[in-house]
Amino acid sequence: MGAAVFFGCAGIAFGPALALVLLTVAAEPLRVIVLVAGAFFWLVSLLLASLIWFISVHLSNREDAKLQYSLLIFGAAVSVLLQEAFRFAYFKLLKKADEGLAMISEDGRSPISLRQMAYVSGLSFGIISGVFSVINILADSIGPGIVGIHGDSPYYFITSAFLTMALVLLHTFWGVIFFDACEKHRHWCLGLVVASHLLTSGLTFLNPWYEASLVPIFIITLCTGLWAFFTAGGSFRNVLKCLSCKQEDDSRVMMYSALQVPFED
Amino acid sequence: MITFMNNSDSEEEPCNERTSLMSAESPPVPSYQDGLQASEAGEAQAHRKRRTGGSRSPNNTADGDMSDSGVPVRESALENEEEELTLKYGAKHVIMLFVPVTLCMIVVVATIKSVRFYTEKNGQLIYTPFSEDTPSVGQRLLNSVLNTIIMISVIIVMTVFLVLLYKYRCYKFIHGWLILSSLMLLFLFTYIYLGEVLKTYNVAMDYPTLFLIIWNFGAVGMICIHWKGPLQLQQAYLIMISALMALVFIKYLPEWSAWVILGAISIYDLMAVLCPKGPLRMLVETAQERNEPIFPALIYSSAMMWTVGMAKPDTAARRASQQTWDAAEDGRENHSSPSHANSQMSERRSPVPTRPINSFEELEEEERGVKLGLGDFIFYSVLVGKAAATASGDWNTTLACFVAILIGLCLTLLLLAVFKKALPALPISITFGLIFYFSTDNLVRPFMDTLASHQLYI
Repeated sequence: MGAAVFFGCAGIAFGPALALVLLTVAAEPLRVIVLVAGAFFWLVSLLLASLIWFISVHLSNREDAKLQYSLLIFGAAVSVLLQEAFRFAYFKLLKKADEGLAMISEDGRSPISLRQMAYVSGLSFGIISGVFSVINILADSIGPGIVGIHGDSPYYFITSAFLTMALVLLHTFWGVIFFDACEKHRHWCLGLVVASHLLTSGLTFLNPWYEASLVPIFIITLCTGLWAFFTAGGSFRNVLKCLSCKQEDDSRVMMYSALQVPFED
Repeated sequence: MITFMNNSDSEEEPCNERTSLMSAESPPVPSYQDGLQASEAGEAQAHRKRRTGGSRSPNNTADGDMSDSGVPVRESALENEEEELTLKYGAKHVIMLFVPVTLCMIVVVATIKSVRFYTEKNGQLIYTPFSEDTPSVGQRLLNSVLNTIIMISVIIVMTVFLVLLYKYRCYKFIHGWLILSSLMLLFLFTYIYLGEVLKTYNVAMDYPTLFLIIWNFGAVGMICIHWKGPLQLQQAYLIMISALMALVFIKYLPEWSAWVILGAISIYDLMAVLCPKGPLRMLVETAQERNEPIFPALIYSSAMMWTVGMAKPDTAARRASQQTWDAAEDGRENHSSPSHANSQMSERRSPVPTRPINSFEELEEEERGVKLGLGDFIFYSVLVGKAAATASGDWNTTLACFVAILIGLCLTLLLLAVFKKALPALPISITFGLIFYFSTDNLVRPFMDTLASHQLYI
């Protein structure tokens, strides 16, 4: 316990997210704004879902543990659906913003493409979702204590960290796929994204049976990642080209005459 | 308030690579060169009437060389160009304000979470005399409302007093007031803060070392804030004093009073900046009429302008509209002493849109910037700090308030780009912050806690 667990779990949970933010988002102001606004949209969706859950809990019998557990499942499902609904709303907003930016720019093209916005919005949903899930756990891991002293799993912290990492990456991939599906009106893709989100959330209900929850979730993450990669236009050839670090031949030819000082008459 | 600024460097001598010091004052608008004066004047008039916040690109000087007949055409072309520039730089401005606001909040939250002194109840300010230790909820609510009324009245009185002082040109009094308050913040409050931090981490420090540290910190701070200093150092000092002031408020304001005061002060900010007879607006307009050079600004300014071999701006050019809000901002100087804190807070929150600068050929690189009053920093940090202090050890509430405030700031800057005049920076952010605080603390926290106890993820 203590600092080692805190830093280790924080690194596992937020390492990829931090690297992605530092390398791709932090340098561009517009992307940072898209990131923060995405977090805001996710928070609003969570607020509404919590409201629904809160009302349902207060209207029900508090003593009945089974009922409370099923209300929790219901709340989680509502939250997943609301998150996807707000992702769609964010897509609409970003689409409009994209058109606005294209209109006012000098060359008619917006400084940020819809695909980049899809990626950043997915990342923002992932980061804020991961942070809200795990930050209190991380804060508790600094202090003294024994994990699972009442018979719960002793691997609580590390599995939470891995689940958070998977969730961050999943949200990023879902963002890319979702926006692309909305653009091309492929409704089956949308349905698949929502279904996989519900499936992931449902798999976490199998905790602490980690073999049944963590392993499938990571498999889903991998598959969704490949799907997002191909949706975003990636291909095997692109990967090879990137890895071989070949410089593209410059197709522009320098006109040396242009460099000459014009002759004075 | 939030303003755009087009040049932030105002000095009697030009600031160039040789002199890397940035004056704390905002720069005057560079003068027209004599040859261009006639053509530029027309455009300047049009600009002043439009009260735009954009800055012109160096191309304008080339435009200025053309004949005057092109003025209307040039004006509309320039307007479009300005629109583009405004919106193009808009995202950059937002980030230029996100970073200091975030830093201030991080300092405040880190202190609140680690140093216990700032969450202990040790009395109240004289501006909130009613105690909240009453048994009944109604009585407590009544006391907090009364506290708020007293606090806001004190702020209004102080602001009006300052406007009167400014109107009757009692500049020395205002200068002295500002210097006294920053002295108190930089020395006394820093001493208390350092003492508490050392106590928390059980670090021993002898008095000579302490004296050396505090003396250096305070003296350099006074110089940076009131005279000249590197821009980033000045910004760092402004962030630190805002954080210190916010910590004082978090410590000494009782709980319910703090929330009601936050709500009331955003309403006051809205009215004072936008209503025609509002004190802050009157301050801005008086300063505009006079076109005076600025007081040592205790407004956070985010940009700087480098000029190389800048032509000496003649005093006529200094009469650019810019000066107005500079004076206005100065009106809201920062005070650390609680007695003056209130008015100063309110005043500090009134940046004004900057006038477009008329650049001339020698202007090298110029960055447009935005100014945000220190009062805004303070109240944002008070909200987030209170959320960190009182939300049952929950980090989710703090983060939700943080995101809400940033989004409010973003929206306010968007409105600034659209309306191009001084806007209050508190209402939208504080409203979002309050909504998110209460809803996250009461609705989201039980939900997330229950989910976490079963290790469920949504």
